Amino acid sequence: MVDPSPLALFWAGVIALAIVAYVILDGFDIGVGVLFGTTRDEARRAEMMGSVAPFWDGNETWLVVVGASLFAAFPAAYAVLMGAFYMPVLLMLVGLIFRGVAFEFRYRSHRMRWLWDAGFAYGSTLVAFAQGAAVGAMMRGVPVENMQFAGGAFSWVHGFPVLTGIGLVLGYALLGACWMVLKTEGALQAWSYARIPWLVAGVFMILGLAFVWSLTIDPDAAQGARRLSGWGVAFPILSVLALLGVLLGARARRETVPMAMAAVFFVTAFLTLGVMFWPYMVPYAVTVGDAAAPDQALGFFLFAGVVVLPLIAVYTAGKYWIFRGKTDRGHVGVARGGR
Amino acid sequence: MDFDPVTLSRIQFGFLISFHIIFPAFTMGLAAWLAVLEGLRLATGDLIYRRVFEFWLKIFAVSFGMGVVTGIVMAFQFGANWGVLAERVGSIQGPLLGYESFTAFMLEASFLGVVLLGRDRVSPLFYFVACCLVALGTMLSSFWILANNSWMQVPVGHAVVDGKIVPADWREIVLGPVMMVRWPHMLLAAFLTTAMCVAATGAWYVLRDVHRPAARVMLHWGLGLAAVLVPIQILFGHENGLYVLKHQPAKFAAIEARWKTQQPASEVLVALPDQAQQKNLFAIEVPRLGSFIASGNWTAKEIGLETFPPEDRPPVFIPFWGFRIMVGMGLIMLGVSWLGNVLRWRRRLETSRWFLWITFLSFPTGFIAVLCGWYTAEVGRQPWVVYGLLRTKDAVTPSLTTSDVLLSLGIYGLVYAVLAGFGFLYIYKLLRRGPEEGAEPIPNATPSRPMAFADTAGSATGGRVDEGS
Repeated sequence: MVDPSPLALFWAGVIALAIVAYVILDGFDIGVGVLFGTTRDEARRAEMMGSVAPFWDGNETWLVVVGASLFAAFPAAYAVLMGAFYMPVLLMLVGLIFRGVAFEFRYRSHRMRWLWDAGFAYGSTLVAFAQGAAVGAMMRGVPVENMQFAGGAFSWVHGFPVLTGIGLVLGYALLGACWMVLKTEGALQAWSYARIPWLVAGVFMILGLAFVWSLTIDPDAAQGARRLSGWGVAFPILSVLALLGVLLGARARRETVPMAMAAVFFVTAFLTLGVMFWPYMVPYAVTVGDAAAPDQALGFFLFAGVVVLPLIAVYTAGKYWIFRGKTDRGHVGVARGGR
Repeated sequence: MDFDPVTLSRIQFGFLISFHIIFPAFTMGLAAWLAVLEGLRLATGDLIYRRVFEFWLKIFAVSFGMGVVTGIVMAFQFGANWGVLAERVGSIQGPLLGYESFTAFMLEASFLGVVLLGRDRVSPLFYFVACCLVALGTMLSSFWILANNSWMQVPVGHAVVDGKIVPADWREIVLGPVMMVRWPHMLLAAFLTTAMCVAATGAWYVLRDVHRPAARVMLHWGLGLAAVLVPIQILFGHENGLYVLKHQPAKFAAIEARWKTQQPASEVLVALPDQAQQKNLFAIEVPRLGSFIASGNWTAKEIGLETFPPEDRPPVFIPFWGFRIMVGMGLIMLGVSWLGNVLRWRRRLETSRWFLWITFLSFPTGFIAVLCGWYTAEVGRQPWVVYGLLRTKDAVTPSLTTSDVLLSLGIYGLVYAVLAGFGFLYIYKLLRRGPEEGAEPIPNATPSRPMAFADTAGSATGGRVDEGS
């Protein structure tokens, strides 16, 4: 085990922040996609899509930032994780492609609209599931030999990762519902409010089930939980409180509270995972120090981290500022010409 | 050929990158073309350049969008299928490819937005500068890709520490002499690809007798730019040949289908190389020309593949034919563009229907040349993934099985077939409709959704009836 250099720590921090940004930002638009599949009402669907249309691919930028930074700064971790999650990554990319083109093609088509609708709903669900399953599989530990993944392409398939996969589908759907509460009004907002209690209950149930599952059936999955001790326990507690906050905010019909609390939930859940995994980048085999590229490489790439990345962040923020307030319903891309 | 994980991973990477490169190559050329058009409008004040500009901007937007989507997939390929490569040389390749991603985003975040949205919000001069910066940005993006690939072709500026290959001198890695001939070769290839497409589109409109003023701009400028660029490209192509001869003699022998060392060496014009028997089953050769091409004199000794141990010999068929097809496409571009300018000089360009047909039919020459050039470079580098340092067969992710890669290849094939079907149909519809009609403004469009700016071809996506044509 090698101690990470300050540059390696800097890049680990950058990647952690980028992951959090990605999960919250792309999480809500993927979640809207998941909820999109649960309704057949055309006006509602168009409005749902309109509420995320200006943002979704700026949000996906952060996924590429994570991937590119991981390859540049921690090539060994990148290699192991891409090998271990060959299938989830493939499924995620397929899902991302279909839901991405759905945004461009849906409202221009009539005959093929069913295809783009299915692409948006199933694509979003697939992305959420693949990411959630990968997290669950990481909690169970990734077998590594000679700095390469030592399992099979389907070794991630297990009860526990399937559970976390479903959990993330529900979690993103919750974020999506909170986003729509924030960005829409009238019927769709009411519809979204009505979904929040059920989604909170669902997420809560999956978390409880995962906890019990790891303690009873799947000891591998409990490795992470056992590493939680001392002040680290605060994070899961905060997570549960944030989840309650989402519920209470929705009850009180306070538009901004559910989204804020859902974001807190995801941040604390991420920190919980961070405490479980630290100092490993690939649990429980490759540490941050082991995976880091030499300082000559990290230093060369530093410009990207201190100049380009803040620029992307400013750009992201600027876009949210331009499209602030409620989504203009007259311009949500409702199909022209009608059916 | 065994269908093992290595071969299948190579096929998968080749398939995905071939699909991807079409779009950035086209986009890079289009960005430069747009800057030229905007400059012309600024200089002459002629509004026809504006109309042509707005038309190609739509095509640019779709092509850029397709490039981004297929590029995200590439970002994961290095780790997924080439885990050992990523782990062993990731500290060199990672930052180079990382800079490419970041460059592309910076471009999208800044001046692409101005070009797509800001026509009425900035001064004409600033708009022109933004166009130039977008063109520069796409070139910078390709700079990092070529820096990475050139390092894989001729690794320099690295050190080996504990079995890992680490960077030692970034200046040498990024700005090495090989890079400095390969990057311009790619840039010129992209410009030529677009110039031929522009000229072909103009020819198509003249043949159909539609959009005449715009068609004239496209035809004249496309052929004019190509006529100037092809000779420069041939020069850089020659320089590339010299680096191959110097640094990768085995690749050079494969491109020439020269199995045995000869003095003087003949030039194989066409052949049917047979890898198993290590000879050409059929060949048309010109005596002594091989020596002249490689060494500049008619009697020099040129080494054949037999000089190299069998495990270091690259496959011959693809480099040999890839190179010849690439050169053939270059000669077609040379012939078409020069003949076109002769006709233009004699004022018969727009009335020679036979020539317009030839120009129209040569629209894919640039794309074919780009793909064949890359196949020559990449297959010719085999059996190495990083020349002389890491063999391709040792670079694959060790956990992958044949069925894993078959499955992923099948899924990518299916998804890309759908994507390609709609993407190409969409661009075709835009081209067919031509420059006259303006695009409707799209709700919630942002610079990061470039495709939304090209919304005129609804029926491409199985939707609205295309009433315009």
